[in-house]
Parts: sequence; C-alpha cells; structure tokens
Amino acid sequence: MKKDATLKMNEGSAMRVRKDIPLKILLFVLFTVLCGIILVPFYAIALASFKPGEELIRYGLNLKFDLSVMSFDNYAYLFTGDHSYFVWFFNSLLLTVVQVALTLIVSATVAYGFSAYEFKGKNFLFICVLLIMMVPFEILLLPLYTLIFNLKLMNTYSAIILPGIASAATIFFFRQYLSGIPKEIIAAGRVDGASEYGIYWRLILPIMKPSFAAMAILNGMNSWNNFLWPFMVLSDERKYTLPIGLKTLLTPYGNNYDLLIVGSFFSIVPIFILFVAFQKYFIDGMTAGAVKG
Amino acid sequence: MIKRFLYSQKVAPYVFVLPFILVFLIFWVYPLGSSFTMSFQKLSLGQEAEWVGLDNYTKLLGDTIFLKAVMNSAVYMLCTLLILIPLPMLLAVLINNKFMWGREFFKSSLFFPALTSVVVAGTIFRLMFGEMDGSLINSFLGLFGIEPVKFLKGQVTGFIALLALATWRWLGVNILYFLSGLKSIPEDYYEAASIDGASAWQKFRMITMPLLKPTTIYVLTISIYAGLAMFIESLMIWNGNNSPKNIGLTIVGYLYRQGIEKSNLGYAAAVGIVLLVLAMTINMIQLAFSGLFKKED
Repeated sequence: MKKDATLKMNEGSAMRVRKDIPLKILLFVLFTVLCGIILVPFYAIALASFKPGEELIRYGLNLKFDLSVMSFDNYAYLFTGDHSYFVWFFNSLLLTVVQVALTLIVSATVAYGFSAYEFKGKNFLFICVLLIMMVPFEILLLPLYTLIFNLKLMNTYSAIILPGIASAATIFFFRQYLSGIPKEIIAAGRVDGASEYGIYWRLILPIMKPSFAAMAILNGMNSWNNFLWPFMVLSDERKYTLPIGLKTLLTPYGNNYDLLIVGSFFSIVPIFILFVAFQKYFIDGMTAGAVKG
Repeated sequence: MIKRFLYSQKVAPYVFVLPFILVFLIFWVYPLGSSFTMSFQKLSLGQEAEWVGLDNYTKLLGDTIFLKAVMNSAVYMLCTLLILIPLPMLLAVLINNKFMWGREFFKSSLFFPALTSVVVAGTIFRLMFGEMDGSLINSFLGLFGIEPVKFLKGQVTGFIALLALATWRWLGVNILYFLSGLKSIPEDYYEAASIDGASAWQKFRMITMPLLKPTTIYVLTISIYAGLAMFIESLMIWNGNNSPKNIGLTIVGYLYRQGIEKSNLGYAAAVGIVLLVLAMTINMIQLAFSGLFKKED
C-alpha cells in the first residue's frame, strides 16, 4: 500500500519534469501577451506625443508609426511654449512634498500615542481611525466644501492639506510598525531622564525611518494624482495642480491637444523614475492595507 | 506648572493623539453631521437654510435621473467585483507558480498603470475608445471586419470603456494584494495535498481559495466602496459630468451636479446620505456573510 503511493509519486515527479517546459512556455507567453495589452495605452500616448494634435483629432489615438507626421514639435512647445504647464507641475510638486512631509510627521506622532501608552478612550479613538477608513470621502465633499467656504480657505493649499493631515491609513500602518519596537527603549529613555516628547523625538522617530519610505510613496502618489478635491477648491489658474491643469486642456474643440498629450505623457515620467528606483517601497506601500488581513 | 502638566505621563498620550482628534472632529464628525442636517434643508452656498423635513428624500425616490445614477453605480460596482476579484486571484496564483519566468518583471509591468492619475488614464482611454474608425479600439475591431463603434454614445459600449479603464488601472494592484495573501499559505499544505493525489484545481479550490479569504474580504470591501463612489473615471471618459442620456452618470456624479453645479446643497446632501447608507449596508451584509462562513470552518 505504502509502496504503491511512493511509486505513484515518483511517476508523478517524472511526469512533471517533462511537463515543466511546456508549462513554463505557456505561462510566459500568457503573461507576455497580458503585459503587452497593459502597456499598449502607454505606447499609444508616447507615440501620440510625437504627432501633431490635429492628426489626433482627425484619425484618433492609434498605433500607426508614421515618421512623416512625427516630430519633436510638441516637446519643443512643452518646454519653451507660452503656457502654464510647468507652473502646474511645480505646484503639484510643492503640494506633494509639503503634504507628504506634514502627513507623515503628524500621522507618526498620533500612531506613537496609540502604540506607546495606555489611556482612557484609547480604544474608542482607535475605532474612530478605522471608521474614517470605512466611509468614502466623496460623501463629505459638500459639507467639507461649505466648511472650507465658511473658513475662508477657498483657493488655498491649506484647504487641500488640512483635511487629510492625520491620514487614517498612515496612522494604522505606523501603529502596526511601532508595535514591533520593544517598549524597553521607552523605559530606558525615562530612566535617563528624557521627557515623554524627547523620547519620541530622539529615540523613536529615528527607528521609524524605514517605515517612512513606504508611506511617503503611498501618500506621495495619492497627492500627486489627487484630483477631485483640489479641483473643487482651487479656482485660480496659477494655483492649479497638474491633473487639474491637464483636465482644463481637454476641451471639446481639441485645440490644446498638442500640449495635452505631451503633457500627460510627461507627467507619468517622474513617477516612473521613482517607481523604478524604489520599486520595493511602492509595493510595500500599496499592499500595506491588505497585510493586516 | 503648565509645563509639568503637559509633560506628565498621563497627559502626554493625549497631546500625541490631539491632531487626530482635531481633524476627526473638524473634518469628519462635523461635516458628516452637517451632511445629515443639510439633507433635511433647502440650502445654497452662503444662504439661509430652510427646513423642509423629508422632502429631499421623497423627491429623490421619484427622481428618475437619480435612480439611473444609482443603477449605473450599482452595475459598475458589480461588474468591477466580477472582473477584479476572480481574474487577479487566478493571475496571482499563476504568477506565484514556481515554473514562472520573469516574475518580478511581470509584477511591475502589471502594476504600472496604477501609477497614472485618473485624469491621464481617463484621457488616454477616452481617445482610445474614440468613434473614428482610425482610433485604437475601432481599428483593432476593423481587423476582424467589425464596423466602427460609437463607444461613448451607447450604454453597454460606454460601460465597456469604463470597465476597461478600471481593469487596466486596478488589475496589477489586486494581483499584488493576492500575492501578499498567497505568501502566508504554508508550502506543506500543497505538498500534503499532492501526496493525497489532489489535482491542481482541487488544491486551488480546497487550499488556496479558503486561505485567501482574508485578502478577498479586504479587496471586496475596498472594491465595493470604490465602485459605488466612482465619479472621476466617468468625468474623464465623457469629458464632463454630462453623458448622452446620462449613461455614465454615477451617484457621486449626481451629488456633484446637484451640489456644485446647481448649488442645490440640501438635495445633494440627501444623495450623499443615500450613498453612505447603501455602501454601509452592502458592506455589512458582505462582512456578515463572510463572518458566517468563518463559523463553519
């Protein structure tokens, strides 16, 4: 009986070796095709960024590689033309950097409070953190809009930064990370006479550095691509962020397509470079929510 | 004295979590509360409110455009669930296979669309699904002798464009979620199953699927919210909040139309409350169901 089973297993593994190669090829072909399909839109827009907008209006976005209509004109216009693209670009950059820095430091501070202490109302407050993660932000759009209006914060970056400054998902992630840090560090700090805030600032924050990368990427990506709320709050064209600016170029007349296409394509470039350089952190940041299960 | 108070071990934790309490109260509790009160009022920006009781809600029930928007959001949510859960799960299992070449490369390539903003991705897809016979999708269909389709003018074809955009952006992310779930399944479960002579399908059905349940519930929960609250995708695909016969109008789109475009804040707040109740109810049912299954194990 037992012999029978081992015999079967050997047979199985011998079969598997023979079956390996076709299986490998099949999987490889399947994923190559899939990736090909996924990358087509990128190829299409890259190609279109070398064609005049008029061509796009007349023939649509396609994969025709036609050197006779392709040129660097759009790129020349992007870098030297009379338009606000780089104003928007730097607005986005500034807003992203400020927003990420503030969100990370505030969220880390809150997370430390939750993880290092026992205090009255702690569980209730933490349930509130989870609650924020559970309600779609879109529901708050209108009351938040009237609130910002009444606070006279319309058309300011504060209106974009403040509501998200204690990000629930980021607090949650940092708290998970901090739970892995031994409590003895805090006790040792107290013995050495450091204040509660000194312990956090000088002992804990430096240890948290590795966890900042993933959250910086996640928050940075969200901020760089954020559209709806800034679109509602900002009305001054000089204050627009890149997604808002690009959206305004998409008119029914198509007179801005030269800039729209090359600008859209160029807006992906910084993220692409960051992604290639910090791939691991991107993936850690994106899947941070799912790990807890 | 104040310094001693603030520096004491009893008060310090409250100082640490204070920013959260403030943000929670000002930008969450207050807006949510005022959303409730606004939904019982007739109100525009900067004007005196007028109490109208349940009028907004009764009006919503008879508002065919609102019902159309609810229908669109529900169908969109359902379709994204049907596509963006089984497909990434299957692909994650395949990519996790030990016979896989170039795993990291494929993982990154599939993830890449998630890096683009909805504005850029929506612009690309709007143009790809353009109605000229030369635009990408139509010229592809032309290879099979299919006549050019006016995608963005029809209900079904418009949704195909929307779902293509959603699938393109989220497939890779959901694959990553399932991959991180797969990592937590011990290898010996599969070895034991192999010894018992289980087929690949049986292993997937009896080991992978049940053990991926926490990940599936997570993906399901966020997908339900994202699906019901979808707006910018439609805004970009149709280049505005007005699609022909409202084929692309969603609940949030209607909230935006009533609240921001028509400054009908009370009515729009009622739309928001309906969305909140809808999203909460569906997720509660979903979580209750997955909790019930847990008891059986």
